[in-house]
Amino acid sequence: MGKRAGDASAARCNAVALAPLRAYMRRMEPLALYIHWPFCASKCPYCDFNSHVRDGVDAARHGRALRRELAHEAARTGRRPLASIFFGGGTPSLMPPEVVADLVADARALFDAAPDIEVTLEANPTSVEIAKLRAFAQAGVNRASLGVQALDTEALRFLGRQHDAGEAIAALEAARAIFPRLSFDMIYARPGQGEAAWRAELRRALALAADHLSLYQLTIEPGTKFSTLFGRGEFTLPEGDAAAALYAATAEEAGAFGLAAYEVSNYARPGAESRHNLQYWRYGDYLGIGAGAHQRVLEPAGMRAARRHRAPEEWLARVERDGHAVVEEEWLTPRDRAREALLMGLRLAEGVELARIEARSGLAFDDCIDAATLRDCVEAGYLEQSPGRLRATGEGLIRLDALLPRLVA
Amino acid sequence: MTDTPLSLIRNFSIIAHIDHGKSTLADRLIQHTGGLTAREMTEQVLDNMDIEKERGITIKAQTVRLTYPAKDGKTYVLNLMDTPGHVDFAYEVSRSLAACEGSLLVVDASQGVEAQTLANVYQAIDAHHEIVPILNKIDLPAAEPERVRQQIEDVVGIDASEAVEISAKTGLNIEGVLEAIVTRLPPPTGDASKTLTALLVDSWYDAYLGVIVLVRVRDGHLKRGMKIRMMAKGQTHIVEQVGVFTPKMIAVDTLGPGEMGYVTAAIKTVADTNVGDTLTDDRNPATVALPGFKPSIPVVWCGLYPVDSDDFEKLRESLGKLRLNDASFHFEAESSAALGFGFRCGFLGLLHLEIIQERLSREFDLDLIATAPSVVYRLRDNKGVVSDLHNPADMPDPTLIAAIEEPWIKATILVPDEYLGSVLTLCSERRGQQVELTYVGSRAMAVYRLPLNEVVFDFYDRLKSVSRGYASFDYTIDSYQEGDLVKISILVNAEPVDALSFMAHRSQADRRGRSICEKLKELIPRQLFKIPIQAAIGGRVIARETISAMSKDVTAKCYGGDISRKRKLLDKQKEGKKRMRQFGKVEIPQSAFIAALKMDA
Repeated sequence: MGKRAGDASAARCNAVALAPLRAYMRRMEPLALYIHWPFCASKCPYCDFNSHVRDGVDAARHGRALRRELAHEAARTGRRPLASIFFGGGTPSLMPPEVVADLVADARALFDAAPDIEVTLEANPTSVEIAKLRAFAQAGVNRASLGVQALDTEALRFLGRQHDAGEAIAALEAARAIFPRLSFDMIYARPGQGEAAWRAELRRALALAADHLSLYQLTIEPGTKFSTLFGRGEFTLPEGDAAAALYAATAEEAGAFGLAAYEVSNYARPGAESRHNLQYWRYGDYLGIGAGAHQRVLEPAGMRAARRHRAPEEWLARVERDGHAVVEEEWLTPRDRAREALLMGLRLAEGVELARIEARSGLAFDDCIDAATLRDCVEAGYLEQSPGRLRATGEGLIRLDALLPRLVA
Repeated sequence: MTDTPLSLIRNFSIIAHIDHGKSTLADRLIQHTGGLTAREMTEQVLDNMDIEKERGITIKAQTVRLTYPAKDGKTYVLNLMDTPGHVDFAYEVSRSLAACEGSLLVVDASQGVEAQTLANVYQAIDAHHEIVPILNKIDLPAAEPERVRQQIEDVVGIDASEAVEISAKTGLNIEGVLEAIVTRLPPPTGDASKTLTALLVDSWYDAYLGVIVLVRVRDGHLKRGMKIRMMAKGQTHIVEQVGVFTPKMIAVDTLGPGEMGYVTAAIKTVADTNVGDTLTDDRNPATVALPGFKPSIPVVWCGLYPVDSDDFEKLRESLGKLRLNDASFHFEAESSAALGFGFRCGFLGLLHLEIIQERLSREFDLDLIATAPSVVYRLRDNKGVVSDLHNPADMPDPTLIAAIEEPWIKATILVPDEYLGSVLTLCSERRGQQVELTYVGSRAMAVYRLPLNEVVFDFYDRLKSVSRGYASFDYTIDSYQEGDLVKISILVNAEPVDALSFMAHRSQADRRGRSICEKLKELIPRQLFKIPIQAAIGGRVIARETISAMSKDVTAKCYGGDISRKRKLLDKQKEGKKRMRQFGKVEIPQSAFIAALKMDA
């Protein structure tokens, strides 16, 4: 009798404990996995990413630590569907291909991954790195993202890049032959760059037949070398109406080539959008491994945001000691989540799905936004509502940073 | 001390333009007669307040009693009356001058006579002063004593052949000044046997003694313990102490005819002591008060608002404390949709306004927004009832008003000939009426009647700019006169902003309206939405500008690592929005208001 009573109560206990877990499992979405390689051959003057120039990097040891941190994180999240892998940096094309291969294999083993998941690696178009592209493909990479930045050798020098225009074109041609999917980055609105010159340069880039382009307006980030030079007035940038005109010209040229602006700075043929980056913008779960990497994962206790130590040496020491190098951890409130979901989601041409904002934040959509601002923005033609969705128009998109502080509740 | 025979007393003031050396000369006179030891001398003893020292202007009248053994073998009591040095305090100056029989006219021997000097010297002449010209800075290479001597004769119209040449800075010929005071200025007159009459010259608040009243005895005696009556105010007080300044405060038994000194009588606030009032013996009061008393009336008003609304109570307390010592400014609480809660404050003039504002920020550590200064308009409604308008925002519906009168001033402008044309243009743009135009050597002296409203609106800055800083300017309040005046409202995004509304003559309305709209267009940062800015008279728009929507403001790169940073920035911006003044969907940073209002001042 005692035994039966005990069983019944144990079962009840389990039911109670499992209910939220089941609810959580229902909400459990595929993960995106970001892996950061923090080393660069040289630091570009515009870059504020967590990148470091080091002599004699012990790449094998660093690779082992990445695998260890990945295993540690997988143990925490459990076996979940995996949607994409992205090797970013720094310069991940400096990684030994076998490290990439090990990490891809680990990720596929630790999570449920379909054979065709998107695996992207960022590469610089220098000859040394291009020589490794085939090995990266063999390691499981099926999408390359090349840091071309410009097709003008003088501009490349200004941007502190190690390649010239010829190398960039050669790299793109080589990559196109190797990877089923290809993207590259360009930086425009450079000092003295007129609209006609940019249109011409962009047309040449578009003719190189990638299915995806990231076209960034040059931004002066604090703490960079450009920030110092710009602060001293050593160069100026197109601003205001001129910058807006360059942005409009960019969308026009890309559109004429069949690449649609699906995000503020990203252009793709339909279906060729970066699945990994869409996960960020749709405010999905993502893991971040490596020095300074961020992650956001919905856990049973709530949405956990974490960041790892930025310094590669300290990151390495912590991972080797503790299995991970998380130094900042934050449990995001429903308000935080609503704001994050909106600030990311409204960058997309598709906008946000109201039901998704509600599911990810735990707030009713009406409580996530300021109704009067929404009305004013719709009236001004900045926002558009359709059943179940809210999106920024082209006019709204280019003013998003000014719009958001008013729109979010 | 101190029943000095009238023949051994000389009461005098010093008239000088800023920087021409009045305070330095005063210091030398005090030093020479041993009023203070060298150790006690701090530079420019008489200017007590920091602001006075910095600007080289005197705000409160003060007096120093000097003892001087003259060459004739007698020892004289010389009372130096330091007068306020600005037109805002013209009435106070006139009372200080009324307490003296003579003036030293100090003129920089290289720069010559300035407009401000002129206005004061005419006041001294009106007060029947004997005037001794002093040529200062005679040691400078640029000194031209002969030219300046001639100029004094031409402009001021007094004999300058015996002008005393000195250098206050080096102490050269200070003795000569003292001798001139004794030999050339007349002694005071008065009758010791009559009942007490004493002129109230100035007063200020002292934390220990209460209000200290500066007086000049005309007839009779002022003694400790006597009950005095303020003839205009009607209040009585028991005298606690009488004394003189050497410049240290020294108590004496009695002050007799012709003498200057102070009285304390447990008076709580300077508002009880009106400059120009007559003190008399309450038991045996004089029947006729001394002439010339006028209650002080603020002529320029503006709103003062704390930048941080939490400072409202602190501002009230601070204004109260300042008023303890300066009865000539007034304040009352008011509120504005744009600026929150604050005070409407009245001042004797623009400098007075600036001084109070500066003291509030300096002594009381307050950040303030001042609305555009406005003069006091007299409104006569359709029923013939007359009222004063201190704040343009309070202007009633114009259809109810039969007439609006505005104050006019009489301005004296001295300007080198080459800039005269631009100055005359400026004066006529500002509706000025020429009264007189004369030449003084190479300089022109223009006397104009001008509406005060046109002067409070950046006239002085414009004058300085069209004359490259060479014009000098002085004014006295003249009279009220009817004018075709309208209230101009400023609408931002179709909503009126009360703090920006102002009165203007109809002929100036378009220009002023356009100018403020243009300024606001520059000052209000581009916003998310397009914003119209309009100036309107009633329902009629007279000027319009549009602030176009910002052209582009979006982060180029935003990925997984940026979310926390971007959200925290968003949180901060959201917080920042609370500090903006919201007009419908427009947010105007307070800094834009401050700048817009500053440009008007």
